[in-house]
Amino acid sequence: MTKTPVQFRLNGSDKAVFVDGGENLLNVLRRGVGDMSAKYGCGQGTCGVCTVLIDGEPQLACLTLAETCAGRSVETALGLSDGPNLHPLQNAFMDHFAAQCGFCTSGMLMAAKALLDRNPSPTREDVAEAISGNICRCTGYEPIINAILDAASKRGGQASGG
Amino acid sequence: MLEFRKEFFKDERDDNLNEVGQPRQRQDMLGHVTGRTRYFDDHAFEGLLHLKVLRSPHSHARLRSIDTAAAERAPGVKRVIRAADVPVNKNTLLSLINFGKDDEPLLAVDKVRYKGEPILAVVAESEAAAYDALAKVRVEYDPLPAVFDVEEALKPGAPVVNETYPANTFEYHEKYNHQKLRFGDVERAFAQADFVVEERYQMSPIEHAPTETNGSIAAPETNDRFVVHSSTQALFFSLGTAAKLLDVPSNRLHYIGGTVGGGFGGKVDSLTEPLSILGAMLTGRPVRYVLNREEEMLYGCPRGAERHYIKDGVMRDGRIVARKVTSYFDAGAYTRLSSYGAVKCAAHIPGPYTIPNVCADVYCVYTNRTPATAMRGFGITGVDFSLEVQMDKLAHKVGMDPMEFRILNAYRDGDMKAHRREAHNCALIECVQVAAEKANWPISDTYRRMNSLTGGGGERAVIPATATDENGRIGGGRPATGTTSRPPAPPPRVPLPAAAQPRAPQPQPAMSQPRVAPPPPAPPPPAAQPVKPAATPQHGATRFSSVFGTRRR
Amino acid sequence: MPKHRGRGMAAINYPIGMNLGGDPSQALVHSNPDGKFTVTLSAIDLGQGMKQVTRQIAAETLGVPIADVYVDTADSDTGPHDMGSFASRGTHRVGNAVMVAAKEARGVMMEAAAEELEVNAADLDTDGRGNIHVKGAPSRAISVKDVAIAAQFRQGKTIAGRGIFLIPLSEVHPETGEMSPVSCYAHACLVADLEVDDETGEVTMLKMTSAYELGRAINPKMVEQQLVGGAWMGMSHALYETPEPYYPDIAHGPRDFNEYVMPGPGDICPHDIAVLERPAPDGPFGGKGPGEMCANPVLPAVANAIFNAVGVRIDELPITPEKVLRAIKAQGGARPQGASGGRH
Repeated sequence: MTKTPVQFRLNGSDKAVFVDGGENLLNVLRRGVGDMSAKYGCGQGTCGVCTVLIDGEPQLACLTLAETCAGRSVETALGLSDGPNLHPLQNAFMDHFAAQCGFCTSGMLMAAKALLDRNPSPTREDVAEAISGNICRCTGYEPIINAILDAASKRGGQASGG
Repeated sequence: MLEFRKEFFKDERDDNLNEVGQPRQRQDMLGHVTGRTRYFDDHAFEGLLHLKVLRSPHSHARLRSIDTAAAERAPGVKRVIRAADVPVNKNTLLSLINFGKDDEPLLAVDKVRYKGEPILAVVAESEAAAYDALAKVRVEYDPLPAVFDVEEALKPGAPVVNETYPANTFEYHEKYNHQKLRFGDVERAFAQADFVVEERYQMSPIEHAPTETNGSIAAPETNDRFVVHSSTQALFFSLGTAAKLLDVPSNRLHYIGGTVGGGFGGKVDSLTEPLSILGAMLTGRPVRYVLNREEEMLYGCPRGAERHYIKDGVMRDGRIVARKVTSYFDAGAYTRLSSYGAVKCAAHIPGPYTIPNVCADVYCVYTNRTPATAMRGFGITGVDFSLEVQMDKLAHKVGMDPMEFRILNAYRDGDMKAHRREAHNCALIECVQVAAEKANWPISDTYRRMNSLTGGGGERAVIPATATDENGRIGGGRPATGTTSRPPAPPPRVPLPAAAQPRAPQPQPAMSQPRVAPPPPAPPPPAAQPVKPAATPQHGATRFSSVFGTRRR
Repeated sequence: MPKHRGRGMAAINYPIGMNLGGDPSQALVHSNPDGKFTVTLSAIDLGQGMKQVTRQIAAETLGVPIADVYVDTADSDTGPHDMGSFASRGTHRVGNAVMVAAKEARGVMMEAAAEELEVNAADLDTDGRGNIHVKGAPSRAISVKDVAIAAQFRQGKTIAGRGIFLIPLSEVHPETGEMSPVSCYAHACLVADLEVDDETGEVTMLKMTSAYELGRAINPKMVEQQLVGGAWMGMSHALYETPEPYYPDIAHGPRDFNEYVMPGPGDICPHDIAVLERPAPDGPFGGKGPGEMCANPVLPAVANAIFNAVGVRIDELPITPEKVLRAIKAQGGARPQGASGGRH
């Protein structure tokens, strides 16, 4: 099968891979580049554990053709921290014990980051909607919502409403 | 929000601890939030191959022929694994603890017994190549009548799901087609109860739905061993199962796991490890077998459905004097853990209440559906739903507040439980009181003053004269279940020795203990069955002990 | 008004550990040259926090700070046998095994310290901050680090321990069912407040209020994780989930999360929890295990609340809008049962 070269930026670094036609970004990240933070949960876009940011927008890597990422910027959970310093969302998740098995956490953090980057003062309803595509089977969502609101308030935006 | 009510039971605790009781940060939390926690699939292997299985589209069918020629030639295919390639192609999970008979093939041999049952496996360079090859396999099926309802499965003439258990029930103690619980004489108590409430409850199967599906990667290691990265919830359980099916010494398998993306009971059954290891053995390369979401959801062992018939005798003052339960655990096509869950359920009846007469029959029944397994609350969740809805109905029947009704009937320290062990360390009453207080649910002073440490024992500690029976003996044909919606007919009354006739209960104010006069000296509890030692190790798994002393065939 | 409020409750207990026993767990504990400890297991962390629970139990037993202990699991080459993570057995069984191993390691550590300080080991105590001192004379002390160096390089002692915890297998009587299922039970009571829409059959959870008794909360934040997450799963079981919506008919089985419905972040309700602790006599520091029983009381509490709200009994799970609506129609309309349990 002929492979296509694809160049893109991953967490600020240039990457170049050869992909099969029809190969999805999740597979390229995990098997091609070695970034294991995005997970396989369904391959159908219904669980959200593969959520990454592409040019700042939350996308499902399992439904994204790798070839469409050429020249674009991809962000995963591995790129959240600033050197040794955790992103406010990561600190907030830790403070609120917002992870148990951790499998949904990478995707959840990326969905939350996309929310706070475009809306620094989300309401509780805004948060619930932003993560409504990310399934968590362990926490019951409450600590995750609290963590995101907390991170928003600490970044300077007032977490409005609840 | 969460608060601690430290004032309860504080005399039984030393709260002066250093680390225990402290809200320390989890050891794994940093890995979770930085995306660096490693699950089984987060390991890179050069030359990784992918395994997918062909699954039966029929619930019940003979396999007339299987033609894999086109699949074997398909692009990217390295190996097709057939039933004949599996060294020991029959097992039951609990064989490791000597419980039950081997009844389930890793790959179907001449028959499929549930929709989705694996028939063969393809190992290929990519998942896409494996799926394409599977589509080229030609199988001829002769569909057979299937049975999906547990009570239908127990009727004479029902299709035999699993030939190892031709009556469609698991066999307990090599004697009965169900597990019994007998304590006192429920029929006598029903006759004297003010109200009798008889209901039917049904819990459908439930899927674990962890965000990480079942999967494993097996790869040749050095020294002719195989490393297995697994999502299993039970490392050595899976290792032992694979070692048995593949007929290899256990120390040739090196299992690595311990960090799982949610389990809830759905990752105990070793759904992928034996085949991924076999794939690695047969190809000499790393092999990855991961269930896709549809496989996980429909073919990856759910919590089994349960049906419970509960018949209670209750007095006007709120005391439950008799509880009779008939339960059917739907095991699906193979035993797996359902046989065990049924016993756990029997031990749990009648719930955290002191009831002087209790009778239960718990069946593990085979049907033509995905085999069931354990799930969070195994053997308990379904019966607790049934019991607590029943309690609500009883409370309404006698016109009592539901909280007070629970406290009245709750077990206390020193009470005898239906499985003939003394209750201790009880705390049901306190939980009810605290929940009521937090929810602003008023309960009377009398019930607010009760507690688990007082009021138990004494007459409530006595094991009553008990009516036993030999219904459901194996080899005596199908059990007489009557109509589809009625529980089995009551067992014939076993005459009790004259000295042990239970006395009719006399009316009592609701607040005091249920029993009136001391009962006659109870007959000694029947001697427990001696454990039959396993003469020879039946599976090579000699390290596990034998449950029930049952000899395996 | 098509929406009716209802309140219901349920009370349960839960057996801790594999039914009938016979489910052993082992642990190994050893110190590195600097007095930092590793607990080696083959127990599995599914997210319930096995690693952290055992870590805190080990640190407490050893008498050292939590930062000086790490848990390593699971590798069948290095981790001793463990039955597995199920049946709410982890805290109780693995925790006990870790205590046994840590006690042995602590014993060697104290003997080594006694030799360094020239006292009897019985006269020594740990301070939980990395030091060992003579009881009543805190200035006569030595650091755990120095003890470890002395033990390994001068005294020739290995600061290590092994532990196994096994409840002997119980028999089961064929005719009476007499058996010893487990050695301890956890308890819970939960109140569900909800609203039923009698035109759609949909049930909206408004609030849960509960009390759970679990022996000893090894880590209160992790207990909260289990109780909140478990109650969510209970709500999901009660109202949403099944791979066989028309059981026993296997048709229309859901194949993905579009078809297998669970409550999302917009469907949750506040949950007000009280935790009680009545230590299990044979639990590690009295610990039982909340991992499974946290979901169970929700199912019947919800069913009972629905009856209170509209007067229908749905005795089949899950309680879908279809079932509620059919039942309401069959009885000729909603029949609220009236304020129950102080509901306002």
